[in-house]
Amino acid sequence: MNAVDTALTGKNAVKLISGNHACALGAIAAGCRFFAGYPITPSSEIAERLARHLPEVDGVFVQMEDEIASMAAVIGASMGGVKAMTATSGPGFSLKQENIGYAAGAEIPCVIVNVMRGGPSTGMPTRPSQADLMQARWGSHGDYPIIALTPASVGEIYSETIRAFDLAEQCRSPVVLLYDQVIAQLSETVVLNNAANSSRTERKWASGPRAVYKPYDSGSDAIPAMAKPGDGYRTHTTGLTHSESGFPTQNPEAVTRNLSRLFSKLERHRDLIDSSEMLHCDDADVVIVAIGISARAARRAVELCRAQGLRVGLFRPITFWPFPEKQLCQAAAKACAVLVPEMNTGQLRLVVERVLGGTPVEGIHLFSGEAITPADIAARAAALARGT
Amino acid sequence: MFIESAADFDVRDYLRKEMMPHFLCPGCGHGIALRALLWAIHELGLDKDKLAVVSGIGCAGRLSAYIDANTFHVTHGRPLAYATGLALARPDLHVVVITGDGDCLAIGGNHLIHACRRNLKLTCLMLNNEIYGMTGGQVSPTTSETRLTTTTPLGNQEPHFDACALATAAGASFVGREVTHHVPKLKELIKAGLDHPGFAFVEILSDCTEIFGRKNDMGNSTEMIMNQKSAIRPSAYRDTVDTPFRPNDLSTGILARNDRPEYGAAYRRAAAARAGAS
Repeated sequence: MNAVDTALTGKNAVKLISGNHACALGAIAAGCRFFAGYPITPSSEIAERLARHLPEVDGVFVQMEDEIASMAAVIGASMGGVKAMTATSGPGFSLKQENIGYAAGAEIPCVIVNVMRGGPSTGMPTRPSQADLMQARWGSHGDYPIIALTPASVGEIYSETIRAFDLAEQCRSPVVLLYDQVIAQLSETVVLNNAANSSRTERKWASGPRAVYKPYDSGSDAIPAMAKPGDGYRTHTTGLTHSESGFPTQNPEAVTRNLSRLFSKLERHRDLIDSSEMLHCDDADVVIVAIGISARAARRAVELCRAQGLRVGLFRPITFWPFPEKQLCQAAAKACAVLVPEMNTGQLRLVVERVLGGTPVEGIHLFSGEAITPADIAARAAALARGT
Repeated sequence: MFIESAADFDVRDYLRKEMMPHFLCPGCGHGIALRALLWAIHELGLDKDKLAVVSGIGCAGRLSAYIDANTFHVTHGRPLAYATGLALARPDLHVVVITGDGDCLAIGGNHLIHACRRNLKLTCLMLNNEIYGMTGGQVSPTTSETRLTTTTPLGNQEPHFDACALATAAGASFVGREVTHHVPKLKELIKAGLDHPGFAFVEILSDCTEIFGRKNDMGNSTEMIMNQKSAIRPSAYRDTVDTPFRPNDLSTGILARNDRPEYGAAYRRAAAARAGAS
């Protein structure tokens, strides 16, 4: 029995696999049946796995002519009602932004994996980075909301890939899965617990008579029901600003109404979207805030500091956008200082500074293509805890 | 025969009346092309619920909003890429792409050549009016040499693309061209394209009177359309007349056709074969 069979039969299986492999299996468990991609290091293994496995589950894999086309094809498949995903790295993520904006504006569910490598431009294709955090939020033009998740282990890549599809469907939004090259190509044992994790979550489909259906009606939860082609609704979908009818409009009231709903959509469902982890934050003098492989190192740094009797804790956003502000405030409520180790020049630190206001925030910023070590973090956290 | 078949065709059955009046300029050929498409859809008896129309940006891109079907107005140059995902994921839908010369050949050129090569069942109508009309009349990849546009005040120095030759070279399994003057022939060409099992590329020569013709003293819409008509030499004449009754040589009609395997069906067959073997 291969890994896909196991992932689909509902039996637990413990597998030693890479992060990218786990992402592919998570996608299939989540009901992804369409993948369009373009080769790029260090994400290509996801495409290679799905090229093999999607046909086994009556899905479709297609390698498109470029990154732009692969994002477009994913949205096209999802407009047809099929759960769809693409995967890429920095340079490809830049190219996909045009159509990610379309998915956000037209509210088409889809999942975009960005395995972060060193940048800018072609950068360091085989080296890790965490420098696309802001791009994931602000990458396409205009104002729009988006969800981004930052798993920190191979097991979490599997479960967060499933959650990414669930959130995309529930919120009718593009969801970005952001992880660094280290955990993408790191192999760890994972429990493929399909019975617990498998997802049948689907977007809300249009029902009822065509005459009264409005494609962008707010409904009770600000998330409109989507019409599936073939079901008789014959709707129009556009990247132009549209009214509830789905047709283009420049009527100021209609524009304001629709965009306000779009922005409020994720805020109203924060209970569903938010996810973070706190470790020893209750009494912490120093709280470390980190994601991905840096959070793995930080976890060890917390242990090293605690062994010295120093009150150091860790706050780890798992949902990165919308940022878990409330949870961070709670985690850092008693902290005298906050330390942000990250593989960029200060993107997460900027967010933490904004959220925490007066609390002193320090960063460890490594952008050499190397991962930050536990010792580096522990040394700085210990110094902060001792007030030196 | 064409007139008889028109009798039971009412274009209003296929239009979204709430979207009228349309926004095309007086004299624009795009409305004729749209009518020919809807007539072809009518004659083939295609189910509107199973019809998906994907269009890009520009004057041609706006046409999808007028069609009473599942319509998708997507990003500039990308309708073929969106349509590829839609058609692969939903082989039960009949997917038509409406695009313009700038959308299809400039910003979307890469998607066009690969759609031709891939041979997924899609019908691509490229409305060629030689200009970026929506943005105010800039030069396009099909603007004829020496023409004046807002970005070629010295006259266009770039050679123009022959879209049908490009599509043929890229491997499209159905390629055709027609002018808007010949509406029944245009309808027949689109019908053949819609009926084709693989990727069908249809170039429709349309006139932009307001933004392009006016600037180049090309006359009113009627004169522009008559000039387009006199520039063509239907491919049906190619083998029958040594010296045609008119000297021009822009080929129209079906220019290339072959029965290469359709991509979606080939993919599903290969997947089924693999499943059967294991």
